[in-house]
Amino acid sequence: MSAVPTIPPLPHVGKVTQARVALSEWTKLRSVRSTRWSFFAAVVFAIGISALACTVVAHHYPQMDPREKANFDALGVSLAGVQLAQLAIGVLGVLVITAEYSTGMIRASMTAVPKRLPVLWGKAMVFGGVTAALMIPAALIAFFVGQAILSRHGINIAFTHPGVPRAVIGAGLYLVVVGLFALGLGAIVRNTAGGIALFAGIMFVIPPLMNVLPQSWNNAASPYLPLAAGESIMSISSGNHLAPWVGLGLFVLYALAAIAIAAVLLLRRDT
Amino acid sequence: MIEAQGLTKDYGDKRAVDGLTFTVKPGIVTGFLGPNGSGKSTTMRLILELDAPTAGDVTVNGKHYRDHPAPLHEVGALLEARSVHTGRSAYNHLLAMAQTHGIPKSRVDVLIDMVGLHDVSKKRAGQFSLGMGQRLGIATALLGDPSTVLLDEPVNGLDPEGILWVRHLLKGLAAEGRTVFVSSHLMSEMALTADHLIVIGRGRLIADTSTEDFVQQASGNVVRVRSPQATRLAELLAGPEVTVTPLDGDGLLDVKGLKAEQIGDLAAGNGIALHELTPQQASLEDAFMELTREDVEFKALEPEAVA
Repeated sequence: MSAVPTIPPLPHVGKVTQARVALSEWTKLRSVRSTRWSFFAAVVFAIGISALACTVVAHHYPQMDPREKANFDALGVSLAGVQLAQLAIGVLGVLVITAEYSTGMIRASMTAVPKRLPVLWGKAMVFGGVTAALMIPAALIAFFVGQAILSRHGINIAFTHPGVPRAVIGAGLYLVVVGLFALGLGAIVRNTAGGIALFAGIMFVIPPLMNVLPQSWNNAASPYLPLAAGESIMSISSGNHLAPWVGLGLFVLYALAAIAIAAVLLLRRDT
Repeated sequence: MIEAQGLTKDYGDKRAVDGLTFTVKPGIVTGFLGPNGSGKSTTMRLILELDAPTAGDVTVNGKHYRDHPAPLHEVGALLEARSVHTGRSAYNHLLAMAQTHGIPKSRVDVLIDMVGLHDVSKKRAGQFSLGMGQRLGIATALLGDPSTVLLDEPVNGLDPEGILWVRHLLKGLAAEGRTVFVSSHLMSEMALTADHLIVIGRGRLIADTSTEDFVQQASGNVVRVRSPQATRLAELLAGPEVTVTPLDGDGLLDVKGLKAEQIGDLAAGNGIALHELTPQQASLEDAFMELTREDVEFKALEPEAVA
């Protein structure tokens, strides 16, 4: 520190715009370790677990009984890693906002952008965009690596098979929506542990709990839960699930609802 | 320029800020004093609209903080609680803040050098000492070349060199015509830095006065007099506005309500010898204690009042 500090004047100060806030959010996202680790984990899970599943299944295939062989889902096995990747993306989605509350950074963010909402939109845009840029290619790689492994036993499925491009790219899109849903939940709860618990509870705990309902109720309601609705984009077989784009659309609505509630609370609550 | 009008904030049943009305003017350093928990930090949060007031209003440069198109250019703030992501480097923290306003990267470098964080700018802020954290906070506050600077306990955790640096900085900012509003629990520090004082206790305004008047008012113009004819002098001085307090048996008196010249002239006119005649100046610390005493007493009485 010099003895006589003087502050150099700033020739020009710009207004706060949504694009500038998004750039700021990009800087925030890329400059903490948890982001890099979580995205790295998500990509490794998506590709690695899928390759592992395909290897195990391919090895086991000759011993399968005919009924198992008939039900064999080559697409599903090569997207198995998405199941684990969604956990990393979901946790990161919560952290993107709750880490600001736990560290106090939120006060700096809201002082720079006192209208507040641009920060939430900026986070959603940047986090959603980065997730799409990483996870759509990861899903494609997982699919092609997996099919290469399965093709040695002639049990692979072609990318040109009806519904497959939609399912593979849809897996990447599904992960984007997972991230945005988690971001919305995190922004509502404003606490890391609470946000992750809420996310995991809605996604992974409620579906098995549905089994306590009478069978007909369970069958009627289960496809509309966030996880089942979202995952229908990754399926090319018929079953108790919504049509692919209808399902993903419903999951998008869940995410939008979470973010909308978060937006209202962000404006109303003290920081 | 900060203008607060009947500013009030409740947290549940507790009233943290109670009907504060004050104006912080540009060109001088305004100190914001009050015992711990008196509502200083809450007031600052209300100015920045981090919290919404229960009643009343506060504006910065004529507008609500939120309505300024470039808020960081209007107000630069250092809040008492740390407001930095512990996993992010000082450089990236400042960069992210700058980018919201389209402030160039070069400005970030300039401020990092200015506050002396050059060598640690790439280190994670979570590893910073309290003093380094304060420097980063000050750099953040000055990022947007703000016309109003709001600093909550800026010298907390700084070494003597750092405290001196902040003192020069605050005076320099005020000399440039900026509005400088700074809270501190160090009364002595305020005596050296602030031109004007806003004193609060239990969320209420106690004093809004120049530092000079504040000390004078609270010390009540006491003059210490020593005379071999103290008893006779005390009789002569007595009046409705005057209190004379004998301090010991040795002719020492504290006289309140008269100036030293008046006492001296009176003694001379009556042929009374004076061995000492000293106007007593209370320290800022004393003045502060004097002014907030009622507040503390009120606090102690409260349980009974409630019961």
